[in-house]
Amino acid sequence: MPLRIIPRLDIKAPNLVKGVRLEGLRVMGKPEEFALRYFEQGADELYYQDIVASLYGRSNIIDLIKETAGRIFVPLTVGGGIRTHADIQQILRAGADKVCINTAAAQRPEFITEAAKSFGTQCIVVGIETIRQTDGKWKAFTDNGREHTGMDAYDWAMRAVDLGCGELLLTSVDREGTNKGFELEFVAKIAQQVPVPVVAHGGAGSLEDIAAVAKLGVDGVAIASMLHYNRTTVKDIKQYLSSQGVEVRA
Amino acid sequence: MSVKVAIVDYGLGNLHSVVKALAHAGAEVIVAENGEQLAGVDKIVLPGVGAFSDGMAGLLKAGHVEPLKAAAAAGVPILGICLGAQLMLGHSEEFGSTAGLGIIPGKVVKIPAAGIKVPHVGWAQLAPRQEQVWQSGALRKTPPLTWAYFVHSYHMIPDDVNDVAATVQSGAHQITAAVARDNITGFQFHPEKSGQSGLDMLSAFLFDS
Repeated sequence: MPLRIIPRLDIKAPNLVKGVRLEGLRVMGKPEEFALRYFEQGADELYYQDIVASLYGRSNIIDLIKETAGRIFVPLTVGGGIRTHADIQQILRAGADKVCINTAAAQRPEFITEAAKSFGTQCIVVGIETIRQTDGKWKAFTDNGREHTGMDAYDWAMRAVDLGCGELLLTSVDREGTNKGFELEFVAKIAQQVPVPVVAHGGAGSLEDIAAVAKLGVDGVAIASMLHYNRTTVKDIKQYLSSQGVEVRA
Repeated sequence: MSVKVAIVDYGLGNLHSVVKALAHAGAEVIVAENGEQLAGVDKIVLPGVGAFSDGMAGLLKAGHVEPLKAAAAAGVPILGICLGAQLMLGHSEEFGSTAGLGIIPGKVVKIPAAGIKVPHVGWAQLAPRQEQVWQSGALRKTPPLTWAYFVHSYHMIPDDVNDVAATVQSGAHQITAAVARDNITGFQFHPEKSGQSGLDMLSAFLFDS
């Protein structure tokens, strides 16, 4: 399968925001305008993260999903504050194709199995937020890197797969928004082990960074700052990857 | 020229993206909640996501089965998408055996285990079974090896191999990606999620078939 280029939009309704290490959020503009631009540039999928939902309960992202699904004709994944069967149903009905669960799964791992049974494994993504510790290991976090789960991130990722999730989204909290490059070592460790697709997120600063993580065998790359600040386009990313021998959708 | 297209609603899956994609392509769209609403339209789209038996039960309950068969026989262009395409075949082996609409003779079977991962989720390139098959209908403007977006565990096996319009390579096997027979077209992939190429196919179905 071709490597999926997935623009990631952090939403604080009604705005698109961008931070560094998931904090210090800056308002960038209207998410629907950015989404349309990325669709026209050839994005393979879009990812919306409702960044206030898990702190304050569900926010009003449903209208935005409806609006987006009516104009963006590629798959849409939505994460942030998804806790119940009804939350998932509401988001899928609004036009999303997949949901990403993080906090609720960490608190009650069986939720992954239940959700996969009800909606199909293909639409249940589990988000793994990692922060590298001084001992060189990765710990799993939730709530945009604010809450420590006490779990080893590698063990948690493997368990999420065993519980039936259809995809993993690996977010390096300590690299997110820093342009320092992806957390290659952790991503490689997971991508080589699991049978489900893996999407890498956090740290893309250059086309070379994206090619480096692509070569680890991931299925998708989530990119935010580089696109939001107009430092590159989806089209340019794909052209570069193609020149590096990485298969992308033309 | 205004084209009136009915989207068959039988309570399964999300119709929103299909409705919007057809409207985007320039159609006048009506959502048909019962079989009577299929009368007098120019084209019909049968979408759907989920299990085959639930799909057939939904079509029966909403009174869509006979009007769909009648429209097919009367030459109304019909496009099935994903489960909607599968429902047009004779029967499915999903959970035992369930009868389908039988508009295209054939069956629906599990994707062979050797090859791609099942469920097959993601982008794959469409290959024409024969070049001339793509010279008419919904795939008319689609170049070979166009990328399309798939989400499925079963695929269609028409009795007549000439009804296969496009395939996707999966290891040593070929998975059926599209079927076409006279006024009937079935896409296993989702044109409404396949980017500009998918919109182009919907447009060809609406205005060139």
